[in-house]
Amino acid sequence: MVLGKGASSSLSRKMVDGVENMVSNCNDFTVLVVDDDPVIRKLHDMHLKKFGLRAQVVENGKKAVDLCHFGTIFNLILMDKEMPIMDGVEATKELRAMGVNSLIVGVTSRDSQYETQTFMEAGLDFCFEKPLTADKISFILQELNKKN
Amino acid sequence: MLGLGADRLRADMNRLLAFLFHQGVLDEQFLQLQQLQDESSPNFVSEVVNIYFHESEKLLRNLRSLLMDREFSDYKKIGIHLNQFMGSSSSIGAKRVRNVCVAFRAASEQNNRAGCLRALELLEHEYCFLKNKLHELFQIEQQRVLAAGVRYPMQN
Repeated sequence: MVLGKGASSSLSRKMVDGVENMVSNCNDFTVLVVDDDPVIRKLHDMHLKKFGLRAQVVENGKKAVDLCHFGTIFNLILMDKEMPIMDGVEATKELRAMGVNSLIVGVTSRDSQYETQTFMEAGLDFCFEKPLTADKISFILQELNKKN
Repeated sequence: MLGLGADRLRADMNRLLAFLFHQGVLDEQFLQLQQLQDESSPNFVSEVVNIYFHESEKLLRNLRSLLMDREFSDYKKIGIHLNQFMGSSSSIGAKRVRNVCVAFRAASEQNNRAGCLRALELLEHEYCFLKNKLHELFQIEQQRVLAAGVRYPMQN
């Protein structure tokens, strides 16, 4: 399930086939992965590496907010919903309140429309159910290219 | 001779994988994991799966400890642990484990302690089965690599 402002419902092969062009445009993009699960952090990091991106990785929303507060700029933030200390909803609200206009993509374990809607309303651009796949990352990077 | 041994082991691996897919133990997400592995990260799958085992066993201990407490009432905490377990299980393609987590979560949302205990037993059973099979798969893969005498190409 993909929710997002103007999200296409079709994650077709065309997007994956066009990935080489995307990679050449994406090498300068900075990415932050925010997730308390080390399995997910490692997976997302590897997925992004395949697209030529290097990610910074933190394990809760507070660390993400602190990084941005101290001036680090990210083009893309992959934000888990449920995390200790500060969850994804709270972190997204704080980032948007700070004026962070990165593409923020939520990642949830739960396919619940109500919970995803709450997460979106915090200020996400898109929200995906775990796991992220190559198709979903292709879609995200296409949106990132459009935004930049 | 070595080549035949490697071929036989590859066939064993494929048979085991086919069995695991057919039984619904694994799904296509495991294939996505394998596709991420390459010469620069030759042990990626086993590294991710070992992290998954380590984290899952912590979660299972926490779940058991919560439910065995006589004065247990914190179903929200059960839900948090299960969400993490579901997320990581989905991400490595552990389909049956994930499905049991879904049923477990449903019991916790109904504050059904007996249902949670039954689900925990089933989850522990499914997890053990998965772990044993994946260990078997990695052992066969190691033997296959040794038998084939595989060397990764030098990087320029």
